[in-house]
Amino acid sequence: MTCCCPCNIGSEIMAGSEVMRVIQFFNVSKFYNNSRALTGVTLQIEKGEFVFLVGPSGAGKSTMLKMIFREEIPTKGQIYVCGRSIIRMRHNEIPFLRRQIGMVFQDFRLLQERTAYENVAFAMQVIGASSREIKQRVPEVLGSMGLKGIGNMFPRQLSGGEQQRVAIARALVNKPALLVADEPTGNLDRDTAWEIINCLQEVNNQGTTVVIATHAREIVDTMRQRVIALEKGRVARDEYEGAYAHAT
Amino acid sequence: MLPKTWIYIVQETLRSLKRNGWLNFAAAGTTAVSLFILGVAILLVIDTNFIASSVESNVEIMTYLQDRVQGDAITALRTQIQAIPEVKEVSFISKDQALTSLEQQFGQSGQLRESLGGTNPLPDAFKVSTTDPRDVTGVANLLSRMPGVDKVRYGQGVVEKLLELTYYMRLIGLTIVVLLALCAIFLIATTIQLTMFARRREIGIMKSVGATDWYVRWPFLLEGIILGGAGAVVAVAVLFFSYSTLASKVMETLPFVPLMYNNLVLMQLFLSLLAAGVGLGIIGSLISVHRYLQA
Repeated sequence: MTCCCPCNIGSEIMAGSEVMRVIQFFNVSKFYNNSRALTGVTLQIEKGEFVFLVGPSGAGKSTMLKMIFREEIPTKGQIYVCGRSIIRMRHNEIPFLRRQIGMVFQDFRLLQERTAYENVAFAMQVIGASSREIKQRVPEVLGSMGLKGIGNMFPRQLSGGEQQRVAIARALVNKPALLVADEPTGNLDRDTAWEIINCLQEVNNQGTTVVIATHAREIVDTMRQRVIALEKGRVARDEYEGAYAHAT
Repeated sequence: MLPKTWIYIVQETLRSLKRNGWLNFAAAGTTAVSLFILGVAILLVIDTNFIASSVESNVEIMTYLQDRVQGDAITALRTQIQAIPEVKEVSFISKDQALTSLEQQFGQSGQLRESLGGTNPLPDAFKVSTTDPRDVTGVANLLSRMPGVDKVRYGQGVVEKLLELTYYMRLIGLTIVVLLALCAIFLIATTIQLTMFARRREIGIMKSVGATDWYVRWPFLLEGIILGGAGAVVAVAVLFFSYSTLASKVMETLPFVPLMYNNLVLMQLFLSLLAAGVGLGIIGSLISVHRYLQA
């Protein structure tokens, strides 16, 4: 089963104002064997928001992200992503949820034997886009990431920043409602990290909701965006125009 | 699914077939060997059944008469035998006819009679056949109790032995085939798993950008089908040539051994083997894909 329109998730969209909430966690807990990754997390992220998810390693950031794209399901509680319960979701519906979410990772996750263009086009092929759509859309999104002219290069020929921008282009090519980035600047130097963050800010300006898990204190403190801080699996802070650490 | 999706699936399948050459060969080879043995076992069973049933249908009861039964007594006995409802045909073989046919079997005429010193030790006999071979035992018992009957002989023991033989052949053949089929499934599963391992990054990325499970699954399924199918084609080809050669040799040198050579039956067997090969391939690849996609 393939769908020509990648953005149409189909049935079960929640009515009215609920659609404005891209992510909703209700009292979510996650246990792995004996350890608690998350405890009683409740939060909402609205359409068009730009959110930093901060906290020490092991605080539960990765677990939260994995639940957003349903790689994990919570032990307790309820999660809605793009208006759909990820718990009630059937296995064969998961791909259609993920088409609504662009994902960016610390290690870029590009296919080394394919060019930048092919890496981006790949995401469209997988969901069954026509070659005409691909030819039109891929240069467009590469251009918007400032990657004109590098389409024929392989990942190893590109700098880290360029590779991450290819990865962002791939995440955006199917026009997702939500972009989730796990430590997107973790492997990059300071200037390149800013370059990537500015890219993501631009993506957000175009209307896409952006959630970034990060350790980059300087970036979080400078951006003054919403900050959700996790500590030992609980939400320790949730502040608009927040900072990486507690304001003293 | 869209045609270009199929193009992608075929491309990916061919790519991975090239990548694991040796293992592909082993997987297809094991499938071929197991299906070949399955085919041989099935043909053996078919042929033994065939031989058994043709022996069975040829079963005649030789009813040897005591020497004192002569003339009218023979005619009376014949009428009595013919009155048995299960009897189809009764023919009389006189001791002279018996000796003549014995002579013919030995080839050189005259010598046998000479060496017997002019006497004929053979008895008169009735050759009795029944409408249904299953009645042979009952009729034979009846005949042996008739006055004037000396001995009764029939091929029942042979039939029973043949049928017993097919039973054991089925049992042993089935065991070997099941073991080999498991080997084939295991090898195909391993091959597919190696391919999947080589492509794990790609699969991960595919799933993260929203590929359906079937999109991920198809190339591997197709690879399994090709491996199983290729093995089956080899098995069927070898089986076909060896069996037709064997059958024609047997017909030449051992014309009294009836072999099954029915093209329809052979075709059915070969098609079943092909289906079995494809089936093994599907099972093998689904095992691997299932493990991988659930994880």
